[in-house]
Amino acid sequence: MQPQTIFDKIWSSHIVNEDKNGECLIYIDRHLVHEVTSPQAFEGLKTKKRVVRRPNLTLAVPDHNVPTIDRTKGIVDNESRIQVDTLLKNCKDFSVPFFNIDDERQGIVHIIGPEQGFTLPGTTLVCGDSHTSTHGAFGSLAFGIGTSEVEHVLSTQTLIQKPAKNFLIKFTNKLGKGVTAKDVILYLIGQIGTAGGTGYVLEYAGEIIDDMSMEERMTICNMSIEAGARAGLIAPDEKTFDYLYNKPLAPKGKDWDMAVKCWLKLKSDPDAKYEKTLLIDASKIEPQVTWGTSPEDVLTINSTIPNPEQYTNSEKKKSVIRSLKYMDLKPGQKLTDVEIDKVFIGSCTNGRIEDLRKASKILKGNKINPNVKAFVVPGSGLVKKQAEAEGLDKIFKSSGFEWREPGCSMCLAMNADKLKPYERCASTSNRNFEGRQGRLGRTHLVSPEMAAAAAIKGKLFDVRKI
Amino acid sequence: MKEFTEVQGVTAPIELSNIDTDMIIPKQFLKTIKRSGLGEGLFYEMRYDEKGNLNKNFILNEKPFSDSKILIAFENFGCGSSREHAPWAIKDFGINVILAISFADIFFNNCFKNGILPIKLNKEEIDFIISNLQKYKNILKVNLINQVITLGTSDIKFDIESHRKESLLNGWDDIDLTLKHKEKITSYEENNPNSFWIHIER
Repeated sequence: MQPQTIFDKIWSSHIVNEDKNGECLIYIDRHLVHEVTSPQAFEGLKTKKRVVRRPNLTLAVPDHNVPTIDRTKGIVDNESRIQVDTLLKNCKDFSVPFFNIDDERQGIVHIIGPEQGFTLPGTTLVCGDSHTSTHGAFGSLAFGIGTSEVEHVLSTQTLIQKPAKNFLIKFTNKLGKGVTAKDVILYLIGQIGTAGGTGYVLEYAGEIIDDMSMEERMTICNMSIEAGARAGLIAPDEKTFDYLYNKPLAPKGKDWDMAVKCWLKLKSDPDAKYEKTLLIDASKIEPQVTWGTSPEDVLTINSTIPNPEQYTNSEKKKSVIRSLKYMDLKPGQKLTDVEIDKVFIGSCTNGRIEDLRKASKILKGNKINPNVKAFVVPGSGLVKKQAEAEGLDKIFKSSGFEWREPGCSMCLAMNADKLKPYERCASTSNRNFEGRQGRLGRTHLVSPEMAAAAAIKGKLFDVRKI
Repeated sequence: MKEFTEVQGVTAPIELSNIDTDMIIPKQFLKTIKRSGLGEGLFYEMRYDEKGNLNKNFILNEKPFSDSKILIAFENFGCGSSREHAPWAIKDFGINVILAISFADIFFNNCFKNGILPIKLNKEEIDFIISNLQKYKNILKVNLINQVITLGTSDIKFDIESHRKESLLNGWDDIDLTLKHKEKITSYEENNPNSFWIHIER
């Protein structure tokens, strides 16, 4: 048999039908659902009198639109409340399992999937959200879909797809001190651009990936979509199995043992073919910060703002001018001179327990700058509970951070958490698009450690110097 | 879905790369539980100022572009989130065709599900169209059957995957097509050697 990549293996084991054009009907093993991209899908099912084929392979949770402060009064915003209520009603009508807003297991879809053992190696997993790529950290072929496809999966448990191409990102050498998974993925996006992975699945490999925890691997895979790739993949190993062992929805007993045997075979074969390969020297990566309005606009913290004149491509030059105007930054300005108004720690990229531990370690014994308003939004109720058990909430609060309820929050600012016009934020989220965190708001993407450092200093700062 | 054969109409150039889905339809419009009515939010932050007044300098607010049926842009159109609200807003505004050098995967796919035809052209073709549009009152004709874009007397051929073309021409519903394979899906489920651990008992 031809040597296969992990993608090839998962893909070929999920083909239900293949037509003459190479277009496949692939089986979907896991479907996560949230309130924003599902109401129209359920409405479609109702209109056409269709049913949900495998409700048990589906898990729903409200996350995008939920408040992160006082939930005792329910959701105050009328539209947000209707959307969340609609999700709950749809789940009841179609017997889809869900975690309600008052359930401690509620949280961001991409955090609760792994937490519950819903995410498993070798599965196909989809969700009406582009950051579904997160689950690739477990060796699950996971990607975001639109609402029409949500309806398609609910109704048929399959999707019409063509296979993606394989792109191997292989890291050599070790990471320097104070350099995180977030820096690695931002650096990669800076190298290949936001369309560099379009049409591909990115497979991450190398010693630094082997050394990373599952949560760090999730941060890497999460932002694959920011490089244009719908999915990222990392071969499952002992760390993956340790993480999943005994999770509520993971297989148990003999089934577990047999499943692990299947999962061990998922690793790409030694001679597998990749349409593209990129070698990256990990020792060259330093803490990263975005300066523009695209995740590819990224630099090492000790850099200066680029000059539009240095770009020969006229489109790129125009877009840099536009970004700098939007971000109110000047060519030549030092990134470490950029003052910030807000700090956001959270999101499906960096809202897990290790992220909170790392940020709190920087904050311990420090006060945040009085000009900065900072808040932490744990990725799930269980993350919040664990953090509180470890006393992390107290560290955050005594440094001046607000400690919030779980949800997507200011990553996309659908709820009340947003930047005011012209406010500048150091954020652990994944997108720095114009208006992403609030109309005319300015976002600098960073790691949790760098976000904590920025909060203390009141400006972008190299965490290695704290 | 309505059958798609030919579109003729005003074409608006938005000369940017990386037009992301937050730009196309900002978050406040994602709170809807409907597919319709999103046209008013299309490119909201570019079309309106902070007070909600129409920004006269934005192309889709100018005559004749306020009646555009076709959009033209540069690279990586529709990058960012998977929100289908982006094609819904584009469609609701009256736009049925998007020409660009490249598209983001999820957005590209979402267009076809909503009867929008996204066409990839090379940079020279995009530049040619943009610089010659005015001569022809900004009108383009896009014919899906022959896969031809006509600008005045010039024809530009375009590629499209045959199954996508067939689906658009016939206005087919993907779910109906898939349900024809219902027995194959059942047989896949019954014969899947991994089903013992994939199945979830609750």
